[in-house]
Amino acid sequence: METSKQNWTGKISVATIGATDKEGGTRSSQVTVGGETTLPYLFKEGDIPNAPVIAMEVLDIEPTDWPDALKKPFGDSLKDPVKWAVKCVEEYKAPLISVKLIGTHPDFGNKSAADSGKLIKDILQAVKVPLIILGSGDDEKDNVVLAKASEVSKGERCLIGDATEKNYKTLTASCLADGHNIIGESPIDINIAKQVNILISEMGFPLDRIVINPTIGALGYGMEYAYSIMERARNAALIGDKMLAMPFICLVGQEAWRAKEAKAPSSEHPEWGDEYSRGVLWEIETAVSVLVAGADILVMRHPKAIEEAKKYIDNLMRR
Amino acid sequence: MALSGLEIYKLLPKTNCKKCGFPTCLAFAMQLAAKKVSLDKCPDVTEDAKRALESAAQPPIKLITIGKGDEKLEIGNETVLFRHEEKFYHPTGIGFLLEDTSSEQDLRKALEEIKKLDFERVGQRIKANIIALSCKSKDASKFEAALKVILQGTNLPVALMSDEPPIMEKALEISKDKNPLIYRATSANFKEMAKLSKAFKAPLVASAPTLEELEGLVKNLNAEGVQDIVLDTGEKGIAEKLWDFTQIRRLALKKAFRPFGYPVIAFTKSEEPFQETAEASTYVAKYAGIVVLKNRNPWSTLPILTLRQNIYTDPQKPLQVEAKIYEIGKVSDKSPVLVTTNFSLTYYTVEAEVESSKVPSYIVSCDSEGMSVLTAWAAEKFTAETITKTLKRLGVKDKVSHKEVVIPGYVAVLSGKLEEESGWKVTVGPREASGIPSFLKNLGK
Repeated sequence: METSKQNWTGKISVATIGATDKEGGTRSSQVTVGGETTLPYLFKEGDIPNAPVIAMEVLDIEPTDWPDALKKPFGDSLKDPVKWAVKCVEEYKAPLISVKLIGTHPDFGNKSAADSGKLIKDILQAVKVPLIILGSGDDEKDNVVLAKASEVSKGERCLIGDATEKNYKTLTASCLADGHNIIGESPIDINIAKQVNILISEMGFPLDRIVINPTIGALGYGMEYAYSIMERARNAALIGDKMLAMPFICLVGQEAWRAKEAKAPSSEHPEWGDEYSRGVLWEIETAVSVLVAGADILVMRHPKAIEEAKKYIDNLMRR
Repeated sequence: MALSGLEIYKLLPKTNCKKCGFPTCLAFAMQLAAKKVSLDKCPDVTEDAKRALESAAQPPIKLITIGKGDEKLEIGNETVLFRHEEKFYHPTGIGFLLEDTSSEQDLRKALEEIKKLDFERVGQRIKANIIALSCKSKDASKFEAALKVILQGTNLPVALMSDEPPIMEKALEISKDKNPLIYRATSANFKEMAKLSKAFKAPLVASAPTLEELEGLVKNLNAEGVQDIVLDTGEKGIAEKLWDFTQIRRLALKKAFRPFGYPVIAFTKSEEPFQETAEASTYVAKYAGIVVLKNRNPWSTLPILTLRQNIYTDPQKPLQVEAKIYEIGKVSDKSPVLVTTNFSLTYYTVEAEVESSKVPSYIVSCDSEGMSVLTAWAAEKFTAETITKTLKRLGVKDKVSHKEVVIPGYVAVLSGKLEEESGWKVTVGPREASGIPSFLKNLGK
């Protein structure tokens, strides 16, 4: 019978996070993402060599706006980022840890670059999985904080971000010098996504060490914008646009847990049903929406949401 | 499939009579192919030619209607593979599976639960759309009894699930006024099911485990005279379903492949609610016209309905609210005035937080062409000038005895200019809507 198969010529680049002693690092494992030669989960049309991976999020300060359902699985470890990271790896078997240095932001404690450098060093000591390191989003501060973080983790092949159209030079130079991967961020805009990658690569940065952060919204809170940007970028990449052919990283946890549907107590919205399941599922569902659009790395929070998203990924990857 | 000018020409009288206003039949045919004129301009066209042209003018994916009245479900008539190419038109019908082996009491309870799966989100109603009743008992009288309970208890459209034509016939007799969906015709029963579909004018699901077999089955149903069809490729893994649905959509749209020019129905395989929601949502995003679920918790259904709303939003036209003064709570002339944009998501997020603050307030939504605060500011749709104009146009000063307005924290930079332009005192509110309750409670203290 008739079929309608696309002959894709493009391929998503393959990024490897983490360096073992063989590569001059101290990680016990590596995480590899990307390499797709087809649209999400259409195995009959091409290859999806690497399953999407879920990184667990650790913050450098105790979270203040997390609902109890989200705090509970971590207990006291939330007060100590190193213990928190250890718990993620040992108890929840995270293959990848994402450290967000939000506490360096002038509005959230203004921690120094030296403090952050020490924290990254301590986490690298305490856990042996690869690291993602994210700045606070304050350009000036990120330039000193991330430079320091890059320096202290030299050779560990971390994934560090975010570089933006207006602020990419310092971070690109650091990641280049210290052998890391970099995240290029764009505000739900495919042209800027491409532009950021061009700017980074023009500094001599290899394309296969760039990951795209398309800045997603939570389910119900603008998810569809990033969803369509991701679909457009993936289609463009598969027909040969190398400047969009990078794996996607999606900050699922931080977005999903801002949603009212994830946080509101049952007393406020009895019609929405069980509070615990609702919050967890809002995070799972936000993950589902970006996975269908082609996400490669998900940064998530709740262990139960992560467990279920992992199960769903295993199902998707079963061909 | 759309016909070319020459193909249409062959169907015309070829008299060049000019009654259509064109010099020749060929010229008229070319205009028809370009859809610039309609066929009724030709007074001499034969009935056969009309029929041929009409079927060629059919949409690549047929619109199928299930049920009647306000609750009827319309699926199909989609035109693109990706929402960014245009938009998706007919939101996936969310269905719930019930079984005739359940007691009457349990069925009634289930219907009550399904009735509650009806939410309001950013000004739109999102809810359950269809009930699928399975004849698990394989007993016609049990199926009939259960169906009667359903028909009494809900106005939602119904899908009748049995592979046995005699059982289906009895069920159709008592539900024929409701335009139910018949599930299902297979290679084993298609002749009888086709007869029922025609006799009761009810749409029919064609179900086969492979695309090849499905093509054959649909052709057989067409040959029997059935035109209202919904496609089903049976139970399989998520990636396989994605492939099937993608093939069906692509072949219908890209190759005008008629056997697949119908919407599809999906049943979830997972029993466990988290996984079922994830699976169902995948099918909502990727082309299902109907998804039938087993679980019916509000917390497991709301995310699917929300995802459907997101995916089916027109990417060119963000949801907007009317630009006007909204009164939240029992407002007085002392109540605070907050301005924001008319992007639905922005407005409703602000509204929800103002409501939860329990501080009666006015929200002035400015026409920002459906953009959020920061985007609208960057695009110069939410500026000191536009806010000033809106305050004037809506006569906000007549509503309150003060002259103080609160603007979103993200556009704090506007405050000086806005004070100058409008003559109102400007207070900078929080950046995120979540900060509104504490902000309002402390306002004026």
